[in-house]
Amino acid sequence: MTYLKQALLGSVSLSMLALSPAAAQTDITFFYPVQVGGPLTDVIDGYVADFHEHHPDIRVEAVFSGNYTETTTRALTAARSGTPPTVAVLLATDIFTLMEEDVIQPMDTFITTEEDQTWVDGFMPAYLASARVDGHLWAVPFQRSTAVMYYNKEAFAAAGLDPEQPPRTWDEMVEMGQALTQRDASGNVSQYGLGIPSSMNAVHWLFGALVAQNGGMLSSEDGLHTFFDAPEVVEALQFFVDLSTEHGIHPAGVLEWGTTPNDFMQGRLAMAWHTTGNLSNIRNNATFDFGVAPFPGNPEPASVLGGGNLYIFSGATEEQQAAAFEFVKFMTSAELLADWGVQTGYVAPRDDSWETETLRNFVAEVPQAQVARMQIPDSKPEISTHEAARVNQVLNTAIQAAIIGEQTPEAALSAAQAEADRILAVYRD
Amino acid sequence: MKISRNALISFFLLLPAAILLVAFTFYPTVATLIDSVFSTPRGRRPAAFVGLGNFERMAADPVFHRAFLNNLIYAAVVIPASMGLALAMALLVNARIKGRGLVRLAFFTPTILPMIAVANIWMFFYAPDLGLIDQFFGLFGRGGTNWLGQSGTALWALIAITIWKLAGFFMIFYLAALQQIPPSLIEAATLEGASYLQRLRRVILPLLMPTTLFILINAVIEAFRLVDHVIALTRGGPNNSTQLLLHYIYQVAFNFWDTAYAAALSVVLLLVLALIALFQFGYLDKRIHYR
Amino acid sequence: MSASSSSKSATVALNLLAWGLALLWVLPLLFAIWTAIHPPVYVGNFDIFAPLTLENFVRVWNAAPFDRYFLNTFMLVTFVVISQFVICTLAAYAFAVFPFRGSQWLFMLVLVQLMVMPEVLLVRNYATIAQMGLVDTIPAIALPYLASAFGIFLFRQAFKSVPKELDEAARMEGAGPLKVLWRVYVPLSKSTYLAYGLVMVAYHWNNFLWPLVITNSATTRPITVGLQIFSTVEQGIDWPTVTAATLLSVAPLLIAFLIFQRQFVQSFMRSGIR
Repeated sequence: MTYLKQALLGSVSLSMLALSPAAAQTDITFFYPVQVGGPLTDVIDGYVADFHEHHPDIRVEAVFSGNYTETTTRALTAARSGTPPTVAVLLATDIFTLMEEDVIQPMDTFITTEEDQTWVDGFMPAYLASARVDGHLWAVPFQRSTAVMYYNKEAFAAAGLDPEQPPRTWDEMVEMGQALTQRDASGNVSQYGLGIPSSMNAVHWLFGALVAQNGGMLSSEDGLHTFFDAPEVVEALQFFVDLSTEHGIHPAGVLEWGTTPNDFMQGRLAMAWHTTGNLSNIRNNATFDFGVAPFPGNPEPASVLGGGNLYIFSGATEEQQAAAFEFVKFMTSAELLADWGVQTGYVAPRDDSWETETLRNFVAEVPQAQVARMQIPDSKPEISTHEAARVNQVLNTAIQAAIIGEQTPEAALSAAQAEADRILAVYRD
Repeated sequence: MKISRNALISFFLLLPAAILLVAFTFYPTVATLIDSVFSTPRGRRPAAFVGLGNFERMAADPVFHRAFLNNLIYAAVVIPASMGLALAMALLVNARIKGRGLVRLAFFTPTILPMIAVANIWMFFYAPDLGLIDQFFGLFGRGGTNWLGQSGTALWALIAITIWKLAGFFMIFYLAALQQIPPSLIEAATLEGASYLQRLRRVILPLLMPTTLFILINAVIEAFRLVDHVIALTRGGPNNSTQLLLHYIYQVAFNFWDTAYAAALSVVLLLVLALIALFQFGYLDKRIHYR
Repeated sequence: MSASSSSKSATVALNLLAWGLALLWVLPLLFAIWTAIHPPVYVGNFDIFAPLTLENFVRVWNAAPFDRYFLNTFMLVTFVVISQFVICTLAAYAFAVFPFRGSQWLFMLVLVQLMVMPEVLLVRNYATIAQMGLVDTIPAIALPYLASAFGIFLFRQAFKSVPKELDEAARMEGAGPLKVLWRVYVPLSKSTYLAYGLVMVAYHWNNFLWPLVITNSATTRPITVGLQIFSTVEQGIDWPTVTAATLLSVAPLLIAFLIFQRQFVQSFMRSGIR
């Protein structure tokens, strides 16, 4: 019985606390996801403690809320039930959903001083672009990533390839992939040349890179149109399918995002596409010398941008929003973003971060970290539309249908385009 | 009309349960029916009456078709297989084998392990080439199967996990029932010269029928309820080949925020369960002699 | 009973079958233990001489608030099981001992909950909980499960098998309905309570989908949801930490079952659940 009481009393006292904030102090809540392993909640708590020292009048409650999907879900549900977070790290691509739900406050409404303007101008334009819609800046970049190619230098050397010359075009990639693919006596493949994950929650991202390399794009900037049946997109999917069926350098079927790093580290894949966020994991656990390469092109190299931005929610009071803006500025200072990048493997989205001692030392120690930054000017935003979760699911299903051979790329993508049109039609009027 | 004493006492005794059942079973059932004929309110667009619009959409939705079919296959395999295995396990553990306490414990462990936790372990087992299962098949030169990444095997891979998870749980019920069979009945059959299989068919199985019905109800529930491993392993992929009804409802409601369509999907699931319940209570119950 | 009349080879075959199946059934657990106590390079590399380590457990414990998740699950399970005992006992008592016109019908209505389990109605129940302002609280995770048809059904069966004479004797002594329930029916149904309680502890310790939907902070999240969040990181699955986390999260239940497994099985046999 005592536990029952405690549970009830506990919830009552919690809700009372929430109702009675201390007088001259502004309480804000901060929802954030952790997408990479390790005790990163401690790191965030450290930043928050630091912030409290600089701003004793503001109390930040940092709430770790799972991965991106879960954090978005939680932020939206909380907003719907009238208790939104004040500030949250959510996917850059969630912007249309958040606008449609009418829960975020444009960042530029807070930018009043010249100092603020300089701060905004310090972000890399490629990352800022995804936060600008309808002439407003809705968010600022925080933990941004990009996809890169990890490759096994020892496997390269064993296959007679130059470990310092990773492929720069699709043709080179296929050629090298064939040299890297090894079969045992009975014809079973013991090492595949290349692995591009295609599981449900990840494939739209890496496929976006293939499409960009082929000179196409998946969605329009206003998030109202998709181009799934465009020739560049169909070709890109055909190439993806051919990697396995034609060239035999890629495992058959859907490659799971979660197991791909392990496949790479166990030597099953000689080249693997994954997030830059994986660098420290692979660095710690790979038993061989590995390289990080920018993505190839067909012919122009391109990668995709990913990761999360900081959003301020509109449901909070003005004081809370102002306090949240102070917190956002604190979290995106050159020094802090540099530290966050080193701790996590995310790409610091400010050029001045890369000039800090923290990042300079890190790059000197881990030259591979530099690759992501160099690739950014060539990178395209990931697919972003209204009802992003649903449209992405439609695209992912089509890609998988082609990969497992249930539909041709053309048929799968034109069906997906029709479905996306049906979903987006509501928002076009 | 005079209210009987029994009715009065019952009223107070039933009140807490009644309030909760109304709030979380009957009201939501009715509300789901109502929600299913409206559109999803979005931002500034309020819900509008759309009649059977959501159901027409469902009729044309290939994902729903696939989820429905998959769930039927899933149920049609999981229910008999887990029950059959449970019975076999109970008979084994009830027989004179060495260390049956340990064997019983082994069979029962999946019941205690959360599905969401073991899903990650199974992901390792199913990993192509490197996974335990593929390494085993690799010994016979048959490795390289992408169990979760191909439409031919993905659903079956999940079915295997579900059977593994449920069989040990159901075994406990069978075991309890087996031990309550009076030994004299079996001895009598043995004296008449009945073989083991004959005893099983003529004496043991009929006596287990009420237990079988009880387990059947549980198995049906689990076959439509258990989607934790879908969330952890495939999210319905590849190409919806592991999409199940409840998982699709979850996605539509909590990833796509299309609550009206989710309500329409829930109505279908409710109908399926209602049909099964009618069959169980109406048809099977009459053929099994209770008490 | 079967092996006694069969030949010796049949006994051997039976033993082999039982042990083979048992091994297959614990394989995931064995794998989890192996992976959790070895450094990451030994995942899937079964070297008997691999060095042992507790490093993975330490890392897991520090990486996520597992102590809080445990507390949440513990409070949830306790709250659910105690509430179910009270609510289902009262309802079952009414159905078993105080029949009235229409009580059969009401009982059939209750049984509807057996098939229409809370998960099927999760969309609508979410809305209800949100209207009550209870999203992200532990009672919210519990509420849809409290009036359990399974529990009412089982307790009703148990109460029906209590000899009428005992009930009457207690009444002769002037005991009221609740006192009779407490003094006669509940004590005589102890093994039903134990069996049902254990099944429910396992069920709610492992429950995932509804808690996933209804919680959104570390202060309410049960261990299953915490584990899922911990496992799905962007850099892919790190089996040593995931298996260590898995073992941590099931350890209390597993240890409890190891200690009480005899009582557990016996309570099932005595409870008449069949």
